Amino acid sequence: MAKKINEAHEAGGDSVSEKNSEKRKIVVPGEVIISGEDFLPGDGTQRDGENIIAIRYGLAEKIGRVVKIIPLSGAFVPRRNNVILGRVIDFTHSGWLIDIDYAGSAFLPVAEIPRFINKNELDQFLAIGDMVAAKIWSVSGKSVDLALKGKGLGKLEGGLVFRISPSRVPRVIGREGSMINLIKDKTGCNITVGQNGWIWVKEKDIDSEIKARKVIEFVSDKVYIDGLTEKVEEWFEEN
Amino acid sequence: MAIKRVSGRKADELRPIKAEVGIIPNADGSAMFSFGDTVAIVAVYGPRQLHPQHMQDPSTGILRVNYDLLSFSVSDRKRPGPSRRSTEISKVIEWALLPVLNIKDFPNTVIDVQIYILQADASTRVAGINAASMALAHAGIPMKNLVCAVAIGKLDKDLVVDVDKDEEDFEKGEGATDFPIAKIANSDEYTLMQLDGKIQPEIVKKALEMADKACDEIYEIQKKALKEVVEK
Repeated sequence: MAKKINEAHEAGGDSVSEKNSEKRKIVVPGEVIISGEDFLPGDGTQRDGENIIAIRYGLAEKIGRVVKIIPLSGAFVPRRNNVILGRVIDFTHSGWLIDIDYAGSAFLPVAEIPRFINKNELDQFLAIGDMVAAKIWSVSGKSVDLALKGKGLGKLEGGLVFRISPSRVPRVIGREGSMINLIKDKTGCNITVGQNGWIWVKEKDIDSEIKARKVIEFVSDKVYIDGLTEKVEEWFEEN
Repeated sequence: MAIKRVSGRKADELRPIKAEVGIIPNADGSAMFSFGDTVAIVAVYGPRQLHPQHMQDPSTGILRVNYDLLSFSVSDRKRPGPSRRSTEISKVIEWALLPVLNIKDFPNTVIDVQIYILQADASTRVAGINAASMALAHAGIPMKNLVCAVAIGKLDKDLVVDVDKDEEDFEKGEGATDFPIAKIANSDEYTLMQLDGKIQPEIVKKALEMADKACDEIYEIQKKALKEVVEK
């Protein structure tokens, strides 16, 4: 079940590969990444006459003809199909307001719930303070709409929720989920990673949960080192 | 004949600069910038929801800068809290930074920039601008370029770069002039120009040339700081 969620992350997020990192360089806003008409500006870049310049701080990457920037820091910006974790902060007559760590809260309509719910008793399903895993259905202006239809999405019961920087999420997931699957195998935990940097870990015993949290925090701290998978394997041997 | 500076610096010599990024873990972006004994730290939060709601603008995001000289930063204790001076400086720093930011993509939101001066030895607003531009980049805010700032001074008839407190209080001849300048890196666009004192129009051009040269140096330091934090 949790594996399905992670596949959703890879479709929506920018999985960072570790192998071709020598091609990447750190750029600051305004810096010329590459000159010439042969390239196309992607995320975080802009064309300025002959040159493609960075408009964000991050790692510049060239994929085919497209040049884009992988952000290294910063707040979460929601995109369609992102899986996120959020906390219920309020409910209206037609749904719930969810805090997803973004300016403007997200809305989860009652229609997303697979069974019938009396509109006066919304808190029977999700009460204020409950955690939920959801998918971003649409982003328009200041409103973000969520969807709950999908495998592994829904209310989070038990377990441990903590946060990392949203820009570190791709590294924690790894290429095609390699990093997160390694962590799951070694700790035996059920893990859901939200693109907004909230992570849910669940296992029967709390020690495994704490171990999983520690290793994820280790990965998000060491985000710039190459060969991270080997480093994580070493970490598991030491601990 | 060039005037002798109290600090023994050459006319076009900056004080030793230190710059660091990522110093405040809870902020979305943060930076420290210092000119000698002037130290500024900046925390950037956002884009986040703007309260009060009536200030929200559906066509663009808003930049909100707060500059504060901390009470222990000067030799005579400064009364804490906002003042006429800090409100004005907050506003001019906001204007100095806005032209480089693309905050149209974040309607109804606010980007908060908190600038704290830990030690003041003149040139605090320009140190604040340099740190804020690094912190905004570090927070991942889309921006056209970095902003670099430096204060040019005129002591009697001679121009000097990066004014310190002794020079600000210079009284001989025509007295001291403080001329803080901020510009968009690698361009001819100036985003802040203030003048406290007297300066002849002919000299302004020379002052701008000195500022350009100093800003190039500052830009390299800002860039280095942003890149170094990754390699750590």
